Amino acid sequence: MQKILTWVDERFPLTATYKAHLAEYFAPKNFNFWYYFGSLALLVLVIQIVSGIFLTMNYKPDANLAFASVEYIMRDVPYGWLIRYVHSTGASAFFVVVYLHMFRGLLYGSYRKPRELIWVFGVLIYLVLMGEAFFGYLLPWGQMSFWGAQVIVNLFAAVPIIGEDLSIWIRGDYVISDATLNRFFAFHVIALPLVLIGLIAAHLVALHEVGSNNPDGIDIKKHKDPVTHRPLDGIPFHPYYTVKDILGVVVFLIVFSAIVFFAPEMGGYFLEYNNFIPADPLKTPEHIAPVWYFTPYYAILRAIPPVLGSQFPGVAAMGVAVLIFLALPWLDRSPVRSIRYRGPKFKIALTLFVISFIWLGVLGVLPSTPARTVIAQVLTVVYFAFFFLMPWYTKNDTTKPVPERVTDK
Amino acid sequence: MSEMTVDNSKRRFLVAMSSAVGGVAALGAAIPFVGSMMPSARALAAGAPVEVDLSKIEPGMKLDVEWRGKPVWVVRRTPEMLGLLAKHDDRLTDPASEVPQQPDYCKNPNRSIKPEIFVVVGICTHLGCAPTFRKEVGPADLGADWPGGWFCPCHGSRFDLAARVFNGSPAPTNLVVPPHKYLSDSMVLIGEDQA
Repeated sequence: MQKILTWVDERFPLTATYKAHLAEYFAPKNFNFWYYFGSLALLVLVIQIVSGIFLTMNYKPDANLAFASVEYIMRDVPYGWLIRYVHSTGASAFFVVVYLHMFRGLLYGSYRKPRELIWVFGVLIYLVLMGEAFFGYLLPWGQMSFWGAQVIVNLFAAVPIIGEDLSIWIRGDYVISDATLNRFFAFHVIALPLVLIGLIAAHLVALHEVGSNNPDGIDIKKHKDPVTHRPLDGIPFHPYYTVKDILGVVVFLIVFSAIVFFAPEMGGYFLEYNNFIPADPLKTPEHIAPVWYFTPYYAILRAIPPVLGSQFPGVAAMGVAVLIFLALPWLDRSPVRSIRYRGPKFKIALTLFVISFIWLGVLGVLPSTPARTVIAQVLTVVYFAFFFLMPWYTKNDTTKPVPERVTDK
Repeated sequence: MSEMTVDNSKRRFLVAMSSAVGGVAALGAAIPFVGSMMPSARALAAGAPVEVDLSKIEPGMKLDVEWRGKPVWVVRRTPEMLGLLAKHDDRLTDPASEVPQQPDYCKNPNRSIKPEIFVVVGICTHLGCAPTFRKEVGPADLGADWPGGWFCPCHGSRFDLAARVFNGSPAPTNLVVPPHKYLSDSMVLIGEDQA
């Protein structure tokens, strides 16, 4: 055994890689509940890739066959219903864990120097994930697939001057059609997954270069054992955090299976009812709402009134609402990273931001009324204020002294 | 030949030149890929003009035809309907059709070539839904001042019988009048401008 390992190690850095990223990768010893969601996101990625591969074995990306092929998977393919429900539930689960993972970053300042690029890669992963979800949602070719795609592609038509041609180029036709379905399939199953895996690799390489942040937001590399040069507050990722993460995986899979087996449609939030009707280009559903994970941005889009007969300001606001996350490492001017040592201003700002994000999400599901539009407008202002005012409220905040070593809270 | 000095400026020049040429080549290679995503010959053919026989449409009725995969409505408006059109200009966003949502020959109060025959693309200018034809005057759900027109079920945009948008609708502009021309008195061709 040892001889084989030596033979391999002389040709491929197997032991060295194992040590660098698992056995001798030292993570802070004070990780808490919020640190489950990174590894869970990786688990959901594997679930999506595996279930997705098996779905493509029976799915037909053809406007005349797509809807029926999904029903065929659900009714006639052995375990087809299970694989499809795993994939559709996995899509929502991906956003649940990614939103919680991002919130962890906000809590403990994980995006601060020197982890700016980890955060930037992470936001790009989030963008690609949104693309994956959007392209994938057209594939069942139901009413909501069709009209959702119609609404989103028309957002690009609102871009001044080139908009109309741009939307024709995206669709490959004057309307959402077979050509659109086929290319969305190509993007969903090959183009974006490749980009996604590349970005995740970059995210992890950058993380292992600088090391993980922790709930205290302090640098564990400052205090090293004089002999071994290992951080005193660090523990090897394997076995300590692999074991911890396995517990997270078990709990996650219990919840995930409960949803897959007992509530795969989640009352119309994971799979919308209108999507059980085949796509009909001549008949719009009564009420078009995106899937829950897009609704905060959809509410922002609807909150901005047209200017000079153009939808573009709303579309631009929606785009900025997503892309603004990229600027976060440079907007935060606080001397401390973690919320544990920040003052009341940041705590209030973060609370208001979370409230506005969730409330906008609720409004995005509901049909719009004049009163709701006003609420959405107020919440949109709160959403953007969190980012644009951040340089001021983080700089003037009263912070608590940061400890030298991690605490055992 | 005996001197082994490195000419750095020549190296930089060569790197810059080969990068530039390589960049142009990459751009050229991108053309077929980007171009392949434009509508195919088949999609273009499906976008060909369609003929509509107007003799099939009763007064006050709407006929749905498909042009470029989009719903196009042809309505034969009654004199009463036409009479109502001028009475609510103050409630419209663009009563005189200043925004070019129609060919020039339809930039008139009726937004049509012949006053009674109205041709319009049935896609809401807000986010592309298909509004419903509500020709009855003053129904309970749309209010007593509803003069007949179209109501979009998605986000509540309202249009009159010339598909002009009412104030306060999410839709920013009037519906689009497609290019069309009369082949004869009772035959209209949608998708081609009149001479």
